Amino acid sequence: MSAWESVIGLEIHAQLATRSKIFSGAATAYGAPPNTQASLVDLGYPGVLPVLNAEVVRMAVKLGLALHARIAAHSVFARKNYFYPDLPKGYQISQYELPIVAQGSLEIVLDDGSRKRIGVTRAHLEEDAGKSLHEGIAGLTGIDLNRAGTPLVEIVSEPELRTAKEAVAYMKKMHTLVRYLEISDGNMQEGSFRCDANVSVRRAGEERLGTRAEIKNLNSFRFVERAITYEIARQIELLESGGKVVQETRLYDPDKGETRSLRVKEEANDYRYFPDPDLLPVQLEAALIEAVRATLPELPDEKAARFSSQYRLSPYDAGVLTVSRELAAYYEDVVRAAPHDPKLAANWVMGELAAALNKENLEIDCGRLPAERLGGLLVRIADRTISGKIAKEVFEAMWSGGTTADEVIDSRGLRQITDSAAIERAIDEVMAKNPAQLAEYRAGKEKLFGFFVGQVMKATAGKANPTQLNELLLRKLRG
Amino acid sequence: MSELYRSTLTQLAAGLRARRFSSVELVGECLKRIERSQGALNAFISVTAAEALAAARAADQTLAGGGGGALTGLPIAHKDIFCTRGVRTTCGSRMLDNFVSPYDATVVARLKAAGAITLGKTNMDEFAMGSSTEHSYYGPARNPWNPQLVPGGSSGGSAAAVAARLVPAATGTDTGGSIRQPAALCGITGIKPTYGRVSRYGMIAFASSLDQGGVLAASAADAALLLREMAGFDARDSTSVERAVPDYVAALEQPLAGLKIGLLREFFEQGLEPANERCVRAALRVFETLGARLSEVSLPHLPLSVPVYYVVAPAEASSNLARYDGVRFGYRCERPRDLDDLYRRTRGEGFGAEVKRRIMTGTYVLSAGYYDAYYLKAQRVRSLINADFIRAFRDVDVLMGPTTPTPAFAIGAKTADPITMYLNDIYTIGANLAGLPAISVPCGFVGELPVGLQIVGPHFHEERVLAAAHAFQRESDWHTRIPADYA
Repeated sequence: MSAWESVIGLEIHAQLATRSKIFSGAATAYGAPPNTQASLVDLGYPGVLPVLNAEVVRMAVKLGLALHARIAAHSVFARKNYFYPDLPKGYQISQYELPIVAQGSLEIVLDDGSRKRIGVTRAHLEEDAGKSLHEGIAGLTGIDLNRAGTPLVEIVSEPELRTAKEAVAYMKKMHTLVRYLEISDGNMQEGSFRCDANVSVRRAGEERLGTRAEIKNLNSFRFVERAITYEIARQIELLESGGKVVQETRLYDPDKGETRSLRVKEEANDYRYFPDPDLLPVQLEAALIEAVRATLPELPDEKAARFSSQYRLSPYDAGVLTVSRELAAYYEDVVRAAPHDPKLAANWVMGELAAALNKENLEIDCGRLPAERLGGLLVRIADRTISGKIAKEVFEAMWSGGTTADEVIDSRGLRQITDSAAIERAIDEVMAKNPAQLAEYRAGKEKLFGFFVGQVMKATAGKANPTQLNELLLRKLRG
Repeated sequence: MSELYRSTLTQLAAGLRARRFSSVELVGECLKRIERSQGALNAFISVTAAEALAAARAADQTLAGGGGGALTGLPIAHKDIFCTRGVRTTCGSRMLDNFVSPYDATVVARLKAAGAITLGKTNMDEFAMGSSTEHSYYGPARNPWNPQLVPGGSSGGSAAAVAARLVPAATGTDTGGSIRQPAALCGITGIKPTYGRVSRYGMIAFASSLDQGGVLAASAADAALLLREMAGFDARDSTSVERAVPDYVAALEQPLAGLKIGLLREFFEQGLEPANERCVRAALRVFETLGARLSEVSLPHLPLSVPVYYVVAPAEASSNLARYDGVRFGYRCERPRDLDDLYRRTRGEGFGAEVKRRIMTGTYVLSAGYYDAYYLKAQRVRSLINADFIRAFRDVDVLMGPTTPTPAFAIGAKTADPITMYLNDIYTIGANLAGLPAISVPCGFVGELPVGLQIVGPHFHEERVLAAAHAFQRESDWHTRIPADYA
């Protein structure tokens, strides 16, 4: 029996980081008491009309340019009609036949380091719905319309992803991109960045796509990976046992780690899309697109390429350091403060610093350890004031005490001994105190070298420069 | 008893300014006439007497101090489709019987800002769907010329109120003829401006791409006075157009000599009653004597207006009316069992038969598999009709024809067969599909019933149709006639 191939496409919903909603002046801030950020327009009151927030259009153009996509000179908002209590107007305003962005692509890096270009079919603008609240209201459903009218961009990929890992890599890359562009805060806990995954399987070599299932509302990278992995296995098992995959919408249950059917295709709504007569088509002039282009920041791929060549970093390190604008900026600030060894800077940022941030669940821009201070520490390693080993102790102290490297080194007397005469004196004393071991060493028991290093380090409280110590000790032991 | 009601809005404005009478007197007289007529005409759904009198007292003070705007102290009524802050706004429907709007429509706010005083909200076909005001949750409005007859619709309450001189002028909305047809049937003047000229914000939507607010008044000059204050760009309506509004009042006196009038051949062919045609032809001769030149014009796609309209308008309506679900405002059924029951019974009980008919039609034409054949095709034909008009306006300055095929008909005569009712709008729908400004002016009588002449202008040329109507009204007195019971 031939192997199975899975085919995955993602629909990513990113909330756009505007201050006001897509069609009303109400605020978009998260977490306000229910229905305090819903204007008459958001509530769908009789007689009210939508007015498009121009900032939303600029953000979509930004995204389109970053995805090397076609920006439509003419795009149209349509109404998607269905009844639901948290959908105030009985329709959602969304782009349907003519989206603002089409035919783009995004490059991801696979596990083996190779690159893969994933097609982006389209990205369109739409408004979010409200929320139904089922808890805490005996026998009733509450409706919170604060989120209604929040601007979203829905980014639809081609079905070109082949594994759950690729899907995650694509979603992470898109997450990085929207944050670089500052068009979305990407906050997944608050639902600002989530996706639906279309998953199907087919025999390897088969051209035709299998029947797909759509898994709705995945709001973490881990869930995306688990849900897709589960769904692929479910479909293969179903097909191998002679069953058929039905086209349906499924939900992922993170507690059970499985997907389950929400509704089958036959139950799907006929949304009766038609152009919204309350909104004129969005006409984009080339000048506006060029003006937006001029505001584009250095994008993740460009930045990673520059890091590789400018700082001689591996593609992997460059990728990690450019995952967010804040991290990349921090790294470059460290290098500016300690320009001698960008690779060492990369190791410290990705190693000690990342671990410390992680442990306390802090972001790179939290201000706990300014880049200049970390740079200051690296300078003391370079000028051999301290050894790499001592540097870790200094880092700990800087992290918890909010001090500079020099303050820690001075107050704790950690300055490395680089004076050869002083080291030689310490070696002489150790040799004098341990005549037996010296004799053994000289008789050929060379592994006692470590013993002498340890003794000298002990005598100098660990501050002897290790390289110098090794050199001098070897010479003296050999007599 | 004073007889202020016989005066036009223009005369009343001058009288108030000269302080020949007070706004309190004028408003008081109108309120009395409304009260006395309500049983016979049912023109109003709500009357805001106390608020109106308070506003009149304030207006008198403003006028005494030499201040005030163009309309200070003048009473008007609003079709109950315009949202009025703190006042019940029903749209003629049980669905909104309990709806008190928290905001003013832009039209309401502008007229208020110009000093106009609202006396109440006028009766209408439910959600403006109808041509007779019989489809009102509040019962039919009646024609002041004969209470057995309809006043037309959907702005029938406004038309009846102005015709009976309960108020000197009122607002209306026109989606397929809902200002012009009742104006014609009640013997008054009604103008539907260019689509985009008057803000739709706060005007409860029926068919968004066709709806347009306008004026019903005793004369073109009065309509110009009110429209001047209503029109103009509104940032809250994306389809309103940012374009300067001419002074319609100042533009009234344009001479007619040399005006090229196109007669819409198709209008004289489709079901026009001979008596109505005689009135319209006689009016056209008046224009000739004023120096205008007549020629016949053919708009080949115009006969498709009615079918196109009855696809596009219900499609938009089916979506616009989805928000009436019993969740946030308006009618909600008693004790819903579950969500589905809430929707079904709220909408089943809250909407009347005609509204349901159009929601079903609209839902059907937008459905998967039917969209291309109905909605898309209708939109294509609509573009052709629009192109016909644009082509016609290369050769003529205005188009003229009858407003309706017949005079007012009896209450109940057409309710059994929706299609015959729909055909009453056969001459008015074209201007909505093409978004053109159009006015209806009284041009004669068939027996005791008034007949309307329709004048259609190119986009954004309201001043041209108003001036043509005004010139005709200086040469005729049809518009000055008042139904005997209200004279």
